[in-house]
Amino acid sequence: MEKKDIIMCRCEDVTLEDLHKKIDEGYETFEDLKRLLRIGMGPCQANTCGILIQKELAKYLDKKIENVKTHHSRPMIQGISLEKINKEIKK
Amino acid sequence: MKKNICIIGAGISGMSIAYHLAIQGVKDILVIDKGYFTNGATGRCGAGVRQQWQTKMNCLLAKMSMEFFEKANEILDYDDDVELKQEGYLILATTIEEENQFKKNVILQNRLGIPSKVVNRKEALEIVPHLNPDSFLSATFCKTDGHLNPFKMTEAFYKACLRLGVEFHFFEEVKDLEVNDHKVNKVITDKEIYDVSVCINAAGGYASEIGKMADIDIPVFSENHEILATEPVEPMQGPMVMSFSKNIYCQQVPHGAFLIGRSNFNALPSHDMSSSWEFLDEMSQTVCDIMPKIGKLNIVRQWGGSYNMSKDHQPIISKSIELDNFYMACGFSGHGFMLAPMTGLLISELVLGQKPVLNIETLSIKRFLNDKKINIEKSVV
Ligand SMILES: Cc1cc2nc3c(=O)[nH]c(=O)nc-3n(C[C@H](O)[C@H](O)[C@H](O)COP(=O)(O)OP(=O)(O)OC[C@H]3O[C@@H](n4cnc5c(N)ncnc54)[C@H](O)[C@@H]3O)c2cc1C
Repeated sequence: MEKKDIIMCRCEDVTLEDLHKKIDEGYETFEDLKRLLRIGMGPCQANTCGILIQKELAKYLDKKIENVKTHHSRPMIQGISLEKINKEIKK
Repeated sequence: MKKNICIIGAGISGMSIAYHLAIQGVKDILVIDKGYFTNGATGRCGAGVRQQWQTKMNCLLAKMSMEFFEKANEILDYDDDVELKQEGYLILATTIEEENQFKKNVILQNRLGIPSKVVNRKEALEIVPHLNPDSFLSATFCKTDGHLNPFKMTEAFYKACLRLGVEFHFFEEVKDLEVNDHKVNKVITDKEIYDVSVCINAAGGYASEIGKMADIDIPVFSENHEILATEPVEPMQGPMVMSFSKNIYCQQVPHGAFLIGRSNFNALPSHDMSSSWEFLDEMSQTVCDIMPKIGKLNIVRQWGGSYNMSKDHQPIISKSIELDNFYMACGFSGHGFMLAPMTGLLISELVLGQKPVLNIETLSIKRFLNDKKINIEKSVV
């Protein structure tokens, strides 16, 4: 399969080609790539792409996987509407 | 190792300073950052750019910076797009005092060439139809205010700097500064010791700590400010909606997500950047009051970041009083992103001994020697 057809982050539609292009420009950490490609910023919060991208970074940069950090995970664990929170407060 | 200029901090300020020096032909510039690309406030900010301010200096800095942002892709020859969205800022007045103050602000802004105007409730609803009409009295609107992609704007500066030969060391931390004869002679990091001719403190939330390393007192402190992002939806809001009295800013970015943030008046000075449930509680109430339709959106992510606060909520863009080769750009109090082009230009002019394009006495650290001289910017969230 061609690199441009391999999806690495499904939430934000980021391909292997996109990923390699940015790594080639010199961005080598998940945190860098997250900010520039939006990997891990979608609804799944890197639950799907996190490990895939970690493995790819290790392979492409010829590093041990233990030495490649994934991103800092943030709340919310699951999406919730502002309205629902507001209703709960009012109860 | 010898270096001509050492800039501490590779946020938007450090980047812009490096660019403005390099473009004037300055060689041998090193930028050091203890973290990754956009590790500090720059990578955590709302990236709103507005020119509607209460103090003259903030108005001018923002207006001249906006002129840069409008042409940033071309000026910096960027191979991507900084995603400038220029659909305005709508600032809601919810009290009579605010209405009166906003009228005065608009007069000042217009005098400086900023095209803001007072709009009544009906006009405001035409600009943002999903506002709750009962939640505000009137508003001000400036159609040339807007928003940028903070990562791409920083990358645009970064890549231009690289082409101009600026050197960057990420994941290297400045641990100490050696001062001799009223000069910072050495920058000591966890990896190296540099002999420098000029040292520039652009360390954002850590500006005061960097000052202490050179035995000088910079009257700024850090404060956690929280923000959230919703799921992306079809375009439904052009301008940033903002209210100082209701403590909120809310912007739909080109990607489709809404970025919504507010201040926590109980936050104590610290480097805390955690996320709290209290923020979500308060924010959901404010959003559902002002913009009930946005209340329906799911929150995808929340995070915190540091505002580096100064006493008058205006930046310190200044040479040090005590040291001959030490400069600082800090204390942006939550608006350093939108002022960055001018921050870079002004610091470069100070370093090169040129006459600054603006009289920046009011941004000098000297103003805090006599607190009567300070003029507090109140248009802040
Ligand atoms: C939630 C939030 C929303 C915001 N919204 C807006 C907005 O809408 N519009 C706007 O204009 N501004 C906004 N801001 C403010 C804006 O983010 C900052 O004013 C701006 O990014 C400051 O940039 P900087 O380069 O000065 O600092 P930073 O981006 O913080 O960069 C400083 C850098 O210095 C590095 N550093 C620190 N100490 C050391 C050391 N010892 N050695 C080496 N490196 C070091 C850090 O790693 C960091 O990368 C917001 C801020 C937050 C937190």
